[in-house]
Amino acid sequence: MNPRLLALGDGALTIEFGDRIDSAINSRVMATRDALAAMNLDGIVDVVPTWRSLTVHFDPLRLDRELLGKHLLECALSVRQESALAAAWRIPAVFGDEFGPDLAAVARVTGRSEAAVIDTFCSTRFRVFLIGFLPGFPYLGELPEWLRLPRLGTPRVAVPANSVAIAGAQAAIYPWQSPGGWHLLGRTPVRLFDLGDTARPALLAPGDSVRFMPVNRGEFERLAAAVAAREIDVAEWKTA
Amino acid sequence: MIEILECPMPASFQDAGRPGYRHLGVPLSGALDPEWLAIANALVGNPWPAVALEMHLLGPRMRATMPLTIALAGEFSARIEDAAGRSRHAGNWSSHTLAADEVLVIGSVRSGIGYLAAHGGFEVPQVLGSSSTYARAGIGGIEGRALRAGDRLKLGAAGSPVSLRLPQPPVIDDGPLRVIPGPQREYFTDGAWGCFVGEEFTVGREADRMGLRLDGPRLEHDPARGADIVSDAVTPGAIQVPGDGRPIVLLADCQTVGGYPKIATVIAADLPRLGHALPGQRLRFVKVTIEQALAARRHAAATLAERIATLAPSTMGLDLEALYTANLIDGVIDAH
Repeated sequence: MNPRLLALGDGALTIEFGDRIDSAINSRVMATRDALAAMNLDGIVDVVPTWRSLTVHFDPLRLDRELLGKHLLECALSVRQESALAAAWRIPAVFGDEFGPDLAAVARVTGRSEAAVIDTFCSTRFRVFLIGFLPGFPYLGELPEWLRLPRLGTPRVAVPANSVAIAGAQAAIYPWQSPGGWHLLGRTPVRLFDLGDTARPALLAPGDSVRFMPVNRGEFERLAAAVAAREIDVAEWKTA
Repeated sequence: MIEILECPMPASFQDAGRPGYRHLGVPLSGALDPEWLAIANALVGNPWPAVALEMHLLGPRMRATMPLTIALAGEFSARIEDAAGRSRHAGNWSSHTLAADEVLVIGSVRSGIGYLAAHGGFEVPQVLGSSSTYARAGIGGIEGRALRAGDRLKLGAAGSPVSLRLPQPPVIDDGPLRVIPGPQREYFTDGAWGCFVGEEFTVGREADRMGLRLDGPRLEHDPARGADIVSDAVTPGAIQVPGDGRPIVLLADCQTVGGYPKIATVIAADLPRLGHALPGQRLRFVKVTIEQALAARRHAAATLAERIATLAPSTMGLDLEALYTANLIDGVIDAH
């Protein structure tokens, strides 16, 4: 599909690359974002990549809409390579018990052992397709076919912050306590969103890659205490 | 300081919003009516963009712990009570000076929302570049939440008191809301579009800073496309239509992305009007071009600047509105 421009009111323009979840499409979104950032255009307010499109919120009294559209199409057509801004993360998580109350049910429904669910989950290299729903909430894809389950029939009123969860082809980490209908597998000690960090409040950015690393309860508690005391730099979670 | 004695309906600190973080899922937030926010601050001589209290439907009761000046932008039935229990009218679109221990009672907010600014500004910490409250994630304002009784609001250093009023208050336009079609216009039948721009809608009871649900004719999706999209970005003013065909107009606290098709988007110049909409209010929509939307934006900015330029000193000690309200003039005549 050729990229096309869509109006989102008079203060935003969306360039759409497709209508489905696909990592090749998402790569083009991120590459276009990078190319646009390199242009340093005046009047841009926010640039929001999604699964399949890039939306630019802008001030139309400072940045000409037609010119912006032209730049967006040029950026989209000129770039093909994977985003250079992407970081790779290794996120520790403790699975099962009170941290992942749905792990046993997921194992039962899929006909595998809990260990097999954890093993498959932790050997998947996820891509951050999108940050949305809540500040810092990453939509990670994609799970292998056998681990794809519909959402819970009755969503939980309060999913604990830092829960690691799955639904459909996606995984996610809840940065905040919130209602949620995803299956909870475990919990990470990593702080996903830091209000005090104006430069980079969200740990993960669209286009990044994520792998989970299983830790035991004792290690989880040690890391959680160190994160709370700000004794661990976020660089600790990056892979070289 | 201002001490909140009672806060019956949500009131929260808002400023110009929190741009620059929507790619990380952080909503724009900010005042539902930025023009009224600007007027409130101008009435107490604060620079733009300062933070002010956004009040809904029924405003708080608050006590001044020291002499201070505030301004009211909106349609209220506010009064000031002194320590001896005497009460005086606090006029709309005007600044007011309170003595220590005087109590300001905002009463009903007839304009749906209204703003209270304080001379010297409120001291509210900035989170990600803004003091705006986004209660859903507990960001900004006071501990990330709406005000409640017992809160003590700190004010910035104040210069000499100002006493200003707005001679010609803004009138909320009640014509159709202007929209740009899309971005998913093609997810709807032509019949649904005809309905959207031809019929009347009513603001439903589910209405808050995230959005307004509308009652009225159901907008039918093209059966070949359905009512779901792979999520893309949304913005305040976008009108999304879930499977039940009942449109939702998104407002300042809306999420950054959404999975429902958007039939149209309200233009920026008409967004403040949506902030004032109350449940039961009727709305209509009309399609405009991008050029018309930009002209409306320029017109709104120019009108606001003109309004602020007309701010005049309050008549010395003689508040005619207050006199009439207190029936003093009648009283004088009756005394003969």
